[in-house]
Amino acid sequence: MTVDFRRVIRPVAIGTIALLTEYALLGTQQFANALTLGAIYALIALGYTMVYGIVELINFAHGDIFMVGSFLAMWIMTTVLGLSGPVTNLLNLVGLLSIVMFATMVGMGFIGMFIERFAYRPLRHAPRLAPLITAIGVSFILQNIISSLFGPSPVNVPQIVPLDKFAFMGGKIGYLNVFMVVLAVVLMIALQLFVGRTRLGRAMRSTAQDREAAELMGVDINQTIAITFFIAAALAGAGGVIQGLYFGSIKFDLGFFVGLKAFTAAVLGGIGNTTGAAIGGFIIAFVEVYATVLGYTQWSEVAVFTVLILVLVFRPSGLLGQQLGERA
Amino acid sequence: MTTATSKRLPSPWGRLRARARDHRSLTILAGWAIVASVLPVIVMIPPLSTFQPESLWIDGFANAGVFILLAMGLNVVVGLAGLLDLGYAAFFAIGSYAYAFGASPFTNLQIPFWPMLLVGAVVAATLGILLGAPTLRLRGDYLAIVTLGFGEIVPAVFLNASAFTKGTNGIGGIYKPELFGFQFTLENPVPYYVAMVGVLAITMVFLYRLQGSRLGRAWMAIREDELAAASSGINTITTKLLAFALGASTAGLAGVFATSKLTFVGPGQFGFQVSFTVLAMVVLGGMGNIWGVATGAFVIYTIQAVLLKELNQFFAVLHVPILQSIDFVQYQYLLYGVALVAMMLLRPEGLFPSSRRRQELHATSDDVADVPPPTEALGA
Repeated sequence: MTVDFRRVIRPVAIGTIALLTEYALLGTQQFANALTLGAIYALIALGYTMVYGIVELINFAHGDIFMVGSFLAMWIMTTVLGLSGPVTNLLNLVGLLSIVMFATMVGMGFIGMFIERFAYRPLRHAPRLAPLITAIGVSFILQNIISSLFGPSPVNVPQIVPLDKFAFMGGKIGYLNVFMVVLAVVLMIALQLFVGRTRLGRAMRSTAQDREAAELMGVDINQTIAITFFIAAALAGAGGVIQGLYFGSIKFDLGFFVGLKAFTAAVLGGIGNTTGAAIGGFIIAFVEVYATVLGYTQWSEVAVFTVLILVLVFRPSGLLGQQLGERA
Repeated sequence: MTTATSKRLPSPWGRLRARARDHRSLTILAGWAIVASVLPVIVMIPPLSTFQPESLWIDGFANAGVFILLAMGLNVVVGLAGLLDLGYAAFFAIGSYAYAFGASPFTNLQIPFWPMLLVGAVVAATLGILLGAPTLRLRGDYLAIVTLGFGEIVPAVFLNASAFTKGTNGIGGIYKPELFGFQFTLENPVPYYVAMVGVLAITMVFLYRLQGSRLGRAWMAIREDELAAASSGINTITTKLLAFALGASTAGLAGVFATSKLTFVGPGQFGFQVSFTVLAMVVLGGMGNIWGVATGAFVIYTIQAVLLKELNQFFAVLHVPILQSIDFVQYQYLLYGVALVAMMLLRPEGLFPSSRRRQELHATSDDVADVPPPTEALGA
C-alpha cells in the first residue's frame, strides 16, 4: 500500500516536529496550557479554512460566531440548566457537558447557516469587496447584539468541571485540559472522516474544487455551502464552550483577537487545508504561550501578528497548502 | 448628457455647468467656499440652533473635517483601488503620534504645525508601504485581514511601549498650531474650522486630479479586473502600493490635525471602531465618489455627535416609556453594522454613487461567472 507523501507523511511529520519542539521549549505544565489554547484556535481555524475553501470568502464574522457560541453555552448552562458550580458526580457531569456541547453546536450551526443564507448567499456573484464588507458588518452586528443582551463587561461562566489536577511528568495537569484537548481531537477526526468518507463530504470537496463542474454532476451547491457554514459555526461553537469553561469569563469582543489568531493559524497551515488549520492552531497557541513564558504577555498579540506577516511574505501557501495565485 | 443639455439650452445654469466641467479644481474650491460659509449660517436657524450653541457646532464641524479627510483617504484605497483596508485607524494613530513626538513637551521638540502636516503624512505613508509591500502581492482578502491585525497592533504598540509613549496616560500638552504669529486656541474653534476647510479643499482638488490621471485610471482598472489591468501593462503591485500609501498619508494628515486640536493623544482613541466608522462612511457615501464619501462622512459624524444624543433627550422629554429607555448612542455601531450589510445587499454603490462604480457593482452573475472557480481542495 502506497502512502501519499503530501497528504499523510508531511502533515504527520510537521505536526510531530511542532509538538516535540513545543514540549522541549515549554515543559509539561506550559505545554498542557498551549495544547488547550491550541485546541480552541484549531477549532476556529477549521471554520475559516472550510469556508474559505468552498466560497473563497474570509468570514470576518467567524471569530464573533465563536464568541456568540461561548455566550450561548453560558446561557444554556446558567438559565436553561440552572448550573452555578462544579458538578462532582462524573456521570452527571458527562451528561451535562454533552447536552451543553450538543445544544451549542447545533444552535450555532443554525446561526451560521442563517448568516450565510441572508448575508452571503445574495452576494455570491457580486464583486469580492461586497461580501467582505458584509462580513465586517455581520461581525459588528453580532458583537453589538451580544453586548446589548449581556452587557459590555465580562460575564462569568459557571465552572461545572471541577478544577482538580493530577501530577504528570513533573507538572500538574487539570482534568479539564485533558477533556478539552481530547474533545477537540475527536471533533477534528470526525470532521476528517465526514469530509473524506461521506457523500456530503465528497460534495463539499467537489464544490471547493470546481463549483460549476460539481453542479453539473448533480451536487446541490446551495445545500453544500449551507452545510459547510453549519459545520464551521458548530465547530466554533464547540470552541466557545471550551473557552468559557477554561477561562471562566467571556466578553462580547473576545471574538476579535481570537478570530485573528485563528485566522493566522489557518493561513499558517495553508488556507483551505483542514489538517493544516489544526496544526496551525497548535503552533499559534505555542507562540502565544511562549511569549507569556518569556515574560512578554502584552506582546503576544504582536508576536502572532508578526507570524502572520512572515508567513505571507515567505510562504503564502502555508505549511501544507498549495500555491495560491495572485488572483484578486 | 450635460453637454447635450447645455448646448440645447444655453441657460445661465447650463453655461455654469459647462464652466464647472472645464474648471474642475476651481469648482471644487468654490464649492468648499460656499459650503464653508453657508454652514455657520444654517446652524443659527432655529431647529439646529436649539441643539447646541454655534461655537460648539463650528467645533463639531472642524472635528467632522477630520473624518471627512479620513473618509476621502480610505476612499482612494477602498473606492478607487478596490482594496479593503480594515485597519485604517492605525495610520491615523501614526500621524497623531508623529505630531505628538514632533511638538510636545514630552520630547522637548517644537516643530511648527504646518510642516508637521507633511511629516505626519510621509511617516504614515512609509509605514503603509512597509505593510503593503509584503501583502499586496497576495489576494485582496489577505490585505483585509493583515490591515485588520495592523489596526489592532499599532495602538497596542503605542500602549505597551510606555517608555516612548507614556502608555495608557497618553501624551498631553501638545502644542497648538500657529499661523503668521496668530495662535490657535481651544476657546475659539473658528481658526481650526477655516484651516480644516483649507486642508480639505486642497486634498479634494488633489484627489480629483489624481482620480482622472493615468494613476487614477489604473486604480480603477485594477479594481474592476486585476488580470486584465496587468495584461494591459499596469504594474499592479506598484499601483496598489501607491493607493495604499496615499490613503495612509491622508490618514496621517488627519491624525496631525486632530491631535493639534485635541492637544492630547492616547492609545485608546484608535480602536477598531474608528476604522469601522470610516469604512461605514465610505460605503454609505458611495465608494469611489469623492463628494459622496465626504458627504457620507459629514452626515454620519453629525448623526453620531449630535443627533443620537438629541434623540435621547427628545424621547426623554416626550416620556415615551420604551424609546426613553433606549440609549441611542450605545447602538450606533449596531446601526453601522446593519447599514453596511443592508447597503451591500440593496444598494452597493452607496447613497451618492459614482456612475462607473454603480455599473460595476450591479454586474449580473453572467458577467462574473467566467472567472474560474477556486481550485484549492478542501481535504488534506
